[in-house]
Amino acid sequence: MGEPIKIRAQIKGEITEIRILMQHPMETGQRKDEDGQTLAAHFIQSFSVSHNSKPMIDGQLNTSIAKNPLFAFKARGIKTGDKLTVNWQDNTGDKRQDEITVS
Amino acid sequence: MFKLRRRLLKGGSVATLLSPLVGTGLLTPTGVFATEWNRNAFAARNINDALKAYGSANTTESRDILINAPEIAENGAKVEIEISSNIENTRSLAIFADKNPTPLAAIMEFSGPALPYARVQLKLAETTRVRTMVKTLDGKTYVAFREIKVTLGGCGA
Repeated sequence: MGEPIKIRAQIKGEITEIRILMQHPMETGQRKDEDGQTLAAHFIQSFSVSHNSKPMIDGQLNTSIAKNPLFAFKARGIKTGDKLTVNWQDNTGDKRQDEITVS
Repeated sequence: MFKLRRRLLKGGSVATLLSPLVGTGLLTPTGVFATEWNRNAFAARNINDALKAYGSANTTESRDILINAPEIAENGAKVEIEISSNIENTRSLAIFADKNPTPLAAIMEFSGPALPYARVQLKLAETTRVRTMVKTLDGKTYVAFREIKVTLGGCGA
């Protein structure tokens, strides 16, 4: 299931800034633990951002994205009461979806 | 059909051949994500292979792609870069860090109300050139570069 995705939308006139924090280890598969065992790669591969159920951003990520990454995007014409939905899926098949209503 | 498609996608290079079909609706990806994870391009171990797999031949350098990044990053584990495109009909932005073990870091496609803008936090293994590549709706490719000095590499992080 993963930790909740934190989504913030700030309307600044016509343009809205959307900040998304995806809590995920983003393990590269190159690090070793204390016993010298390689830690398996564990990272978000795909994410999407939808506006009122219509997709508007479709992302693909690699292991080189930071741990617990924060993203920021911009969109035009978002209004109070609109819904923003974020989905991610990692390389192990784990998924998470969260939604906010823009206020 | 479904199993066949899985097998084809696992077949590596075949996926690249099939990917133009995705847009035509002949092959519809499953789940909520519009595009299959581009395994070939993300797994590439050097910048030339990554660029080739991503399909970026005939790229023009453009001043209309803006990259805002620190000149010096003290900690390569989290380096925030801000990218945006003023190129008309920008469909996607991709980020490559030339010297990372796998250079392609992210591909983001924009549609509807979304503007071609993103702030993304990267891991950088060492001082490297970072490039942002824009693909437009009519299939053109543009690129811009930025050098980021890294004091402490982010691979062990």
